[in-house]
Amino acid sequence: MRAAPKLTWIELKLFFREPMALIFSFAFPFFVMFILAGVFGNDIDANDPESLRVWRGVGPTDYYVPAYVGIVMASMGLISLPLRLAGYRERGVLRRFRAAGFPAGAIIVSQVAVALGIAAVGAVAITVSSAVIYGTQFPEMPLATLGAWLLGAGTFAAIGIFLGAMLPTARSAQGGGLILFFMMMFISGGGPPRGALTDSMRTVSDFLPLTHVVLMLQDTWLGEGWNTSASAITAAFCAVTAAAGTLRFRWE
Amino acid sequence: MVGVQRSMLAGAPGDLSPVPARRGCGIRLLYNPRMARAVAVHNLRKTYGAVVAVADVSFHVDEGEIFGIIGPNGSGKTTTVECLQGLRTRSGGEVEVLGLDPGSHGTQLRRMIGSQLQESNLPDRIKVWEALDLFAYGSGAGADWRELAERWGLTGKLNAVFASLSGGLQQRLFVALALVNAPRLVFLDEMTTGLDPSARRLAWELIAAVREHGATVVLVTHFMDEAEALCDRIAVFHRGRVVALDTPGGLVAVHGGESRVIFSAAEGDFSWLGSVPCVDGVSRRGARVEVGGRGAVLAHTAAALGARGIYPADLHVERSTLEDAFLKIVGAHGEQ
Repeated sequence: MRAAPKLTWIELKLFFREPMALIFSFAFPFFVMFILAGVFGNDIDANDPESLRVWRGVGPTDYYVPAYVGIVMASMGLISLPLRLAGYRERGVLRRFRAAGFPAGAIIVSQVAVALGIAAVGAVAITVSSAVIYGTQFPEMPLATLGAWLLGAGTFAAIGIFLGAMLPTARSAQGGGLILFFMMMFISGGGPPRGALTDSMRTVSDFLPLTHVVLMLQDTWLGEGWNTSASAITAAFCAVTAAAGTLRFRWE
Repeated sequence: MVGVQRSMLAGAPGDLSPVPARRGCGIRLLYNPRMARAVAVHNLRKTYGAVVAVADVSFHVDEGEIFGIIGPNGSGKTTTVECLQGLRTRSGGEVEVLGLDPGSHGTQLRRMIGSQLQESNLPDRIKVWEALDLFAYGSGAGADWRELAERWGLTGKLNAVFASLSGGLQQRLFVALALVNAPRLVFLDEMTTGLDPSARRLAWELIAAVREHGATVVLVTHFMDEAEALCDRIAVFHRGRVVALDTPGGLVAVHGGESRVIFSAAEGDFSWLGSVPCVDGVSRRGARVEVGGRGAVLAHTAAALGARGIYPADLHVERSTLEDAFLKIVGAHGEQ
């Protein structure tokens, strides 16, 4: 499979030539993250039990850093990857790749590789810039955080392949992807903290993969340990969407 | 599905050539049993539920040939070509392309052939050199694309992004991409649709050049002048069947109908020309006299006029074209 590395490299270059993808993957999460940091700051009142519960015992900005590492994955898996895959299919790019002898595996592998690369760049950028600007902490359990990141990013790449296979056109991928993205962003950890959600909101968020990815990342980041149930649920999302996305992959 | 026998490509006895023997002038041996075959199709059928896209198609393509496929919209041309590349699963019949069954060896086959498909595209922001490089690797050959880029006049555009290219340049890039793995067989489906006349002429030269380099070409087209100028043989598709298959000249000779000898004469009765050899009929519209006929009608008409001292300055002949032949063929198999 010599085609896959070549295709991955070209796809990576194409990604950086697409302003919309760059904005949604990098600029937008940064922008929101820095609004939140500016509004909430990074101080916590140690005598306010309610505040300690909602912010999980750390400053709000420390709380949001792992959440936004997850949100970069979500924007990549819910918006840019499905949009690119559905757009390629709609415009006949996949048709040409297929006629030239590219196997389906090379297409899927290259898209997943690019998605992981983008999510990694975003994660490092958010972690380092927040640490520099706001003095936020680095992961307390780096290896576990790395494991959580790999599982989360892999899951959103699989979701991206799945959505790209299911949504027939670029237009539907854009619409569907944006709705899913904003829903997850607001109630899975990028908006109000989970501890501040109403019960019904929390129930809805339990069904969203980003909720569990953010929990995994926060738990290892803040040193609370590996979240077994969140990682099991994430792995289930990953397995189901990877299988369905691969099986339902269509060239045209 | 029954496996395709080796003998299909070898042109063995009991051959599946769909071409009937024909009477009259212009007969040509339509296949040479000793010639190797690039494509052999036998009773190909493709249906989508109750919709029949290809009813029953048989033909073969010899190596080194430019083989044309023409037909009205929806006659099964593109579906057939897609079945030959293994891009669609056939519903019935036998197909062998470069010795492989496209149904079971599609990916392997597609690396060996070149393909310019309808409605297929490149990412907007890919650069010309990146596309060439990518497709050279995609085919597994890793071929050097620089010489190809030069031959197709793309050297000056290597750093341009695809979306910024003119339609003619995009088409040239597509054909270059179809050839980047040095294929023995190239499928070109409506590659000149949407091009302006000068870009089309250029594309013709390029197609002819492809054959010069030893490849076999299967050309699907809507343009009769294109088929007539380029193709060694042409299959006329209609309603999912091959309704005629011959050289362009053969199709015109058999189906094209009569030639018309035309000249101007202000007055006089020319009905006597009807008794001249090769003439079928004479008609007059104002000053324009039309003499219909076949074969040597022009020479006989000119001689007869000259014998009577008539030398029209504008005497000329209008021969029927492939388009006339095509319309007759399709009309004869026409609506119900």
